[in-house]
Amino acid sequence: MSNHDLILPVPAPARLWRERLGSAMPLLVLGPSLVASFVYVFVFTGWTLYISVSNSSLLPTYGFVGLDNYASLWANRRWNIAYTNLFLFSGFYIVGSMAVGLLLAILIDQRVRGEAAWRTIFLYPLAVSFIVTGTVWSWLYNPVDGIQALVRGLGWTSFSFALASDRHYAIYAVIITGVWQASGFAMALFLAGLRSVDQDLVKAAQIDGASTFRIYRKVLLPTIAPIFLAVAVIQIQFAIKTFDLVAALTKGGPGISTTFPAIYVYDLMFQRGQIGEGAAAAIMMLAAVAVVLVPYSFWVVWRRRKEAGHG
Amino acid sequence: MADAVLDQSLDHRAATVAARRHFLTRFVIYGLLVIFAAIYLVPLLVVVLNSFRDQQEIARNGLISLPRSFRLEAWGQAWSSYCIGGTCEGMQRNFYNSLKMTIPATIISTAVGAMNGYILSKWRFRGSEALFTCMLLGVFIPGQISLMPWAFILGNLGLSNSVYGLVLIHVIQGISFTTLFCRNYYVSIPDDLIKAARIDGAGFWRIFRKIILPLSSPILIVTVIWQFTGIWNEYLFGVVFTSGQQQPITAALVALTASGTNVRAYDVMSAAVLIGALPPLLIYLFGGKYFVRGLTQGAIK
Repeated sequence: MSNHDLILPVPAPARLWRERLGSAMPLLVLGPSLVASFVYVFVFTGWTLYISVSNSSLLPTYGFVGLDNYASLWANRRWNIAYTNLFLFSGFYIVGSMAVGLLLAILIDQRVRGEAAWRTIFLYPLAVSFIVTGTVWSWLYNPVDGIQALVRGLGWTSFSFALASDRHYAIYAVIITGVWQASGFAMALFLAGLRSVDQDLVKAAQIDGASTFRIYRKVLLPTIAPIFLAVAVIQIQFAIKTFDLVAALTKGGPGISTTFPAIYVYDLMFQRGQIGEGAAAAIMMLAAVAVVLVPYSFWVVWRRRKEAGHG
Repeated sequence: MADAVLDQSLDHRAATVAARRHFLTRFVIYGLLVIFAAIYLVPLLVVVLNSFRDQQEIARNGLISLPRSFRLEAWGQAWSSYCIGGTCEGMQRNFYNSLKMTIPATIISTAVGAMNGYILSKWRFRGSEALFTCMLLGVFIPGQISLMPWAFILGNLGLSNSVYGLVLIHVIQGISFTTLFCRNYYVSIPDDLIKAARIDGAGFWRIFRKIILPLSSPILIVTVIWQFTGIWNEYLFGVVFTSGQQQPITAALVALTASGTNVRAYDVMSAAVLIGALPPLLIYLFGGKYFVRGLTQGAIK
């Protein structure tokens, strides 16, 4: 047999093999990533979902307790504070960072000198971690050493600025810092949007004698409306996941006044050994993300189809 | 004659009014920009200045004041001798931990993302779009969902409290992003280029090496910058899965500032904060264009 092979080398099976391998190559290379992503997205979520209906405390155990963990979660005062904070933070943070970002984008759009320099200044906080931002701002909020000390030192001795150490106002300290960090991001997206608007539209409005203010209100801003939505969705997503910023800035305090869902999950799972309830809280976070993202993705797909239909 | 003169002076007046208005709007625009720039720069300036000030001077004059002293010792202490929770080695070990975590995770996730993007854009098969959508879901899942599964997996692999465990997490988590970036970029490379190469007998790898890779540098730079800054700045997994000497720099910074001894050593802490912030800041300053591109792409798509 082997002699036969040597004399008459028939390459067909080998070539077939190679061709088969060649055509299977994309799947072979993609395979591990697909498996990993599938595990990450579906198995991990299912696993945490399962823990959330189990009686796990210090370690995961798999006795089924139904929705008990969810019930005790929603009965907990601290969780109520956490999601109230989330609503408060999301609202102010999104509106604040979008308002500041839009203002900055419009200012930079006025053919200012040194545009690149301004942009660099407003965007740099994004390169820095929330840990760094939170740490530095916690010093600025510190009544003994920070802004309050500065203003009092200038002569206004009754000036009071102790946001972060007041349980009623600490959440606003988190909001201000969040807006500071994120408005550059909104600016970058708005500016990119303003620049992509068809200049003929603007020229036509100018010829009609419209003022700059009117052109923005009637022509430019309506045209970039989808960007507003995109920015808002991204910011909401971020707000739901807020963890680092609070961990570095207020550590959830004073007391429990700046607890967020993400902080709560971490505490239950790794500080208090209540894994089941912690998993329930994590699932609630996922649900919040889904509530925002699912309708948004449907809207995006619908809009693309519509545009494709018109084009 | 008189009319003409009157007209002229009216014109002139209108022109000065317009010029004045123009000057006023410019003044307001630049005024606002300067105010906002100050708000953005002051925190950075405060940290930089305080890292060179004398601790006693900070205690006396507060954090926000003009420096009256200049010393470099705080940087040395923050780097190699300041005590965090009993060990007095400064931030250097945590800095190296962050490097050891960030560099491999960035390289691996970018390489895998480039391959995935190449396949999902140029070697589509039945169902590949659906699979791509599934992979994308990974972008949106909150890290909290994966904490328990990761704890179990890392424990069984013997990777808990290790930098390699964090590398694994960041690679798996990063694949969704890197695949998304690369796929959306490769879609714009004409398919005819690939077809022609296939007719010439080039295979899967050859096309990738000879056609795709040479065209990839813009997207690879964007992806590397995005992954590097994201992983370097990550905190949740670092604080949950490592402790003490294994911690990346973000977790160590929180431990450092929380370890409140009698006097808050603002000078050393400022230097430590800057050490932690410097790598991504440098990347931002030198690769700013790509950084912003990654940001807008990652956001809109």
